[in-house]
Amino acid sequence: MGHAIEVVDLTKQFNGLTAVDHIDLQVHEGEIFGFLGPNGAGKTTTIRMLTGVIKPTGGTARIFGYDIQKEPLRAKQLMGISPEMANAYVDLSAWQNLIFVGELYGVGKQQRERTAEQMLRHFDLYERRHQKVKSFSRGMMQRVIVAMSLMSLPRMLFLDEPTSGLDVESSRTIHNLVRRFSREGKTVFLTTHNIEEANQLCDRVAIINKGEIAAIDTPERLKRTIRGSQSVEVSFDRYVDIENELGLAGIQRIERRGDKLRLYTEVPGKVACELADYAKKAGLDIVTINTLGPSLEDVFLELTREAERK
Amino acid sequence: MTPGSMEVPGQFRRSLVIAKKDIYIYFFKGPVLIFGILFPLFLFLAFSIGRDLPMEFLVPGIVGMTVFFTATSVGPVIAPWETRMKTLERLVSAPVSLSTILVGDMIASFVFGMLISMVPLSVGIFLLGGEIASPIAMIVGIPLATFCFSAFGILLSSPPTDTPANVMMLSTFIKFPLIFISGIFISVGDLPTWARYASFLSPLTYFVDIARHSVDGTNFFPWYLDLLALLIFSVLFYFGAVAYHKRSLPKRL
Ligand SMILES: Nc1ncnc2c1ncn2[C@@H]1O[C@H](COP(=O)(O)OP(=O)(O)O)[C@@H](O)[C@H]1O
Ligand SMILES: [Mg+2]
Repeated sequence: MGHAIEVVDLTKQFNGLTAVDHIDLQVHEGEIFGFLGPNGAGKTTTIRMLTGVIKPTGGTARIFGYDIQKEPLRAKQLMGISPEMANAYVDLSAWQNLIFVGELYGVGKQQRERTAEQMLRHFDLYERRHQKVKSFSRGMMQRVIVAMSLMSLPRMLFLDEPTSGLDVESSRTIHNLVRRFSREGKTVFLTTHNIEEANQLCDRVAIINKGEIAAIDTPERLKRTIRGSQSVEVSFDRYVDIENELGLAGIQRIERRGDKLRLYTEVPGKVACELADYAKKAGLDIVTINTLGPSLEDVFLELTREAERK
Repeated sequence: MTPGSMEVPGQFRRSLVIAKKDIYIYFFKGPVLIFGILFPLFLFLAFSIGRDLPMEFLVPGIVGMTVFFTATSVGPVIAPWETRMKTLERLVSAPVSLSTILVGDMIASFVFGMLISMVPLSVGIFLLGGEIASPIAMIVGIPLATFCFSAFGILLSSPPTDTPANVMMLSTFIKFPLIFISGIFISVGDLPTWARYASFLSPLTYFVDIARHSVDGTNFFPWYLDLLALLIFSVLFYFGAVAYHKRSLPKRL
């Protein structure tokens, strides 16, 4: 497998502030690569450098072998982009917006009309294709923007926080589209601050914080890197003041999450058995009980806390 | 120049795509209609009504003023508008160079200038009873001047603001004085000496001179000097626009 993206020592400074700090990474062709980090971590700045919108202060980025600085037009021709803050043209209809992007990338007439129709149907906008985008809701607008990024039949897709602040339905159609696009062997680079999105969607995730990459791996392997955050989640049929009543050994801490209790432990199996015994003795019914591995959220918190301490 | 921008034929077609988008979106924006059509019309009426000036003097003036105002009305709106509406980043991330985008915007300005200028031109020719001393000068002069003023308009839009009104104010501030020293209301030969020298710095002077030459054969400069001056201004404005936009682009995103 070749590299869709190859980044070496990429850096961006804005008058003294280092937004992206000497990062290296490779994205393989065909994978969905997630760039996960809190607000201000440097995700958008990185994507803007990769897509040739801003100039790096240092380092290089290659897209399918083309240096984005030296051969920007060739590199850009291969990518579809949905920028974080972008809008469609509100004075044009959804159809006109899509056709415009197709023309801008030099896609032939038949092909661009076929693609525009497919996209509008996939995103459930076909009925409203001739309305000006001005009248669209935020979710519809974002679907138009993602659809625009696919008009050039790109080999790779850059999505900057594609589902941030969207309704569930719009997010779902965008996720489906990303998966479908990836099944065709194409590459996706997406940024998100939503851990669950990265977990559900991405083959590999880079965790970025304050411009530095803290870790790059598959979601599952990232989870295995931290120990001691296994837990048992339990809910009883009524309220229990378990924190005080339960004298269980081997529990590090207990968190209340809605009607559930989460008990962090290194021995989840043992804790589950003890919970069952406790319930029997106290005359409680267990509604649900689950043992949980570390979540990507735990990894994320651990890594960003580590960076904080430095 | 980046190596990629050498694919010139492809890039020119993409400029046309951008121009088409601009035509759809910006021709009907309020500021364009006000500064491009109403403003020169009222200005001209204010100066000509009640004064007993001959048609041969008035027609080149109104044609000059219309070409100047229309061709410079679309360009200044586009960049700040796209900055404000956040449509610029997609354009910049597409496989087009900055000059491709600016040429597209210039083509849109040019089309607007040419279309609207046909109105006073045809009315003028009608009022003159169809008698024009040198139609060729007009036929060459109008497109060249429109091109030149379109480039000027794009140059005016280079400050990195997201407020079209700011650019409109700036461009009116620069355009307005030019109207008075460029031989529209007073011929260049009748201007006081200092104003005459100042008029040599205005591209509009050379177009009005061509228009006068074309209508009644009078002229201040020889026609080839007028054309040459317009050509030189066009080149300066175009490359100036590309250079300044390159500088301001990062501040727009
Ligand atoms: N154009 C800019 N000028 C100055 N600072 C910027 C600019 N763009 C981003 N930054 C700063 O760079 C840092 C990273 O921002 P960004 O890449 O947008 O983060 P993210 O997308 O991860 O939220 C932030 O501190 C932000 O304030
Ligand atoms: Mg961002």
